[in-house]
Amino acid sequence: MSTGIKDHAALSDLFNQDEARVDWHDETLWFVRAKRDKAANTLEEWEALRENASQIKDNVLSNLHDYLSEFESNAQKNGVIVHWAADAAEHNQIVHSILKAKEITRMVKSKSMLTEECHLNEYLQQNGIEVIDTDLGERIVQLAGEPPSHIVLPCIHKKKEEIGELFHEHLGTPKGASDPQLLTAAARVHLREKFLTRRAAITGVNFAVAETGEFVVCTNEGNADMGAHLSEVHIACMGIEKIIPKRANLGVFLRLLARSATGQPITTYSSHFRTPRAGQEMHLILVDNGRTQQLGRADFRNSLKCIRCGACMNTCPVYRRSGGHSYHTAIAGPIGAILAPNLDMKQYADLPFASTLCGSCTNVCPVKINIHEQLYKWRQVIVKEGYADPKKAIAMKTMEFTLSNPSVYRTAGKAGRWVMKNAPFLVNNKLNAWYKQRDMPTPPQQSFREWYKKNNNE
Amino acid sequence: MSSRAQILARVKENQPDLTVLPADLIALVQYADPVEMFGKVLDGIGGMMHPVKDYAEMIGLINTQFAGLPRIISTIPELKELTEKDWENQDPHSYENVDVAIIKAHFGVAENAALWVTESLMGQRVIPFICQQLVVVVHKKDILSNMQEAYQQIADSVYGFGAFIAGPSKTADIEQSLVLGAHGPKNMTVFVLA
Ligand code: SF4
Repeated sequence: MSTGIKDHAALSDLFNQDEARVDWHDETLWFVRAKRDKAANTLEEWEALRENASQIKDNVLSNLHDYLSEFESNAQKNGVIVHWAADAAEHNQIVHSILKAKEITRMVKSKSMLTEECHLNEYLQQNGIEVIDTDLGERIVQLAGEPPSHIVLPCIHKKKEEIGELFHEHLGTPKGASDPQLLTAAARVHLREKFLTRRAAITGVNFAVAETGEFVVCTNEGNADMGAHLSEVHIACMGIEKIIPKRANLGVFLRLLARSATGQPITTYSSHFRTPRAGQEMHLILVDNGRTQQLGRADFRNSLKCIRCGACMNTCPVYRRSGGHSYHTAIAGPIGAILAPNLDMKQYADLPFASTLCGSCTNVCPVKINIHEQLYKWRQVIVKEGYADPKKAIAMKTMEFTLSNPSVYRTAGKAGRWVMKNAPFLVNNKLNAWYKQRDMPTPPQQSFREWYKKNNNE
Repeated sequence: MSSRAQILARVKENQPDLTVLPADLIALVQYADPVEMFGKVLDGIGGMMHPVKDYAEMIGLINTQFAGLPRIISTIPELKELTEKDWENQDPHSYENVDVAIIKAHFGVAENAALWVTESLMGQRVIPFICQQLVVVVHKKDILSNMQEAYQQIADSVYGFGAFIAGPSKTADIEQSLVLGAHGPKNMTVFVLA
């Protein structure tokens, strides 16, 4: 591949060695996707909400400069100390300098994909600061020495027996214990001690309101609140795209977020932080790290509308069967495959190809990002810039030629169906990468087009 | 150039042409009986609703449900008799062993069983998150249907901290098995006052 390190295909191969596990992973995520559908179907206005959210986010991107300034000045009026970071390195330095000024060497952190993107934990550890992740799933992967494999469900790739083993080793639970109730109770005791003894807490931000300068953090566990309300110093980290114009807009986003993510009607806690508590210091870091560049890419700027619900991952047939770690970037799945090449086109050249372009992601996205179209566009950019794997570059050229020549497309489809029926060994062989660990589906007798033609006397 | 100036300049340069902020949606879900819906949704997310006619009835239920627990605190004057005195102005860490916290909500929302609580009703910010069991009191007339109504109600009110709370603290991080009481309350009782 174009990179020296393992790419998505190679990493998926590793994941696919254990077929039973892949099936389990696939089914677990599909179960979450099904819960999302059920939750969405309870609201008649679901589609209107998606459209409204999408338009609000369009407006945000088109007026981001003014909203950021408005948010900053309101947050400052509320007593929040606002910082700006051009990139991950600057973000990490700001966090470190806040802690240093207070002589704090141990802290708790709740879920923040931004800090994952910036590799904050590693940076702080190198500087002698201990960071405890307090979201249960994140704590599990932290103990395992792994990154999260999903933005909402960080340890969705782990079996309870493996978690039991980790807890036995680190938290002293009985050997062989794997009951989720018991393991969660052990984590509760372990993490409560951390909340009660750490002086600083980091949280992420789900939404920041320009009109009021407040920011909203959503969790089910209550870990962001435990950390923030017990700490002397609260540091909230956010990408600049997390701004929304008005407090009332939260009504739309909070209705969409948890339903899309896990099928819950709302997360247990939707906490609105406006001013620091008496005697507390509250910092907020606004991070660019490539976002302004993505804003300038007309074809890809929509990716900045993302509210990180994870629905596009749960529904993605490639994600479900390749696992989050195969994307080798902090944000996996379809949306991650759009965000990552913006930061490093060469290193992440493989990711836009890790998709069937089936469009399921686009269909579930609560802010209506045209995810699969952007993936297709990234492929073209990556091929043009010369970063693509040569095999894929040829396939891309063929595909483009086929798709842009209707008669070739029809012939190719017909020939393909004939081959599948009469000489499947030609397709199901080692040269066809898609056949590995997969049986090709039985081809339909007719294509949709042939069927349509026959039935409509075209 | 500072990072602030640099980021703002790049945003200005790269942001697309201005599009309008859409109008608020109309004709959103309305429940014939919002309280019934609230109770149903709350049940689905691991909480419990008790309709009560007055504080006397509520006190009776609290006495049976939480009998013998050493630390019960409340911000509600009507419950002074059965709760700890002068607990409010301590270090937040000292609430670690609170067994039951009883607070009031401004209103509840039927579509998701969320209750809106601001700092002034919590006593201290950490209370609803650190207690072992949470009890919230809300008036029947204050159960709204949907979140848009909720924000109309909040409007431009001023608070330092506020939260929607929907059910007990929970996690499903281990193989998607739901466990109540991840860090905070292991259960949540909502008294709906007639
Ligand atoms: S792209 Fe859409 S579906 Fe995917 S995480 Fe973001 S908001 Fe959710």
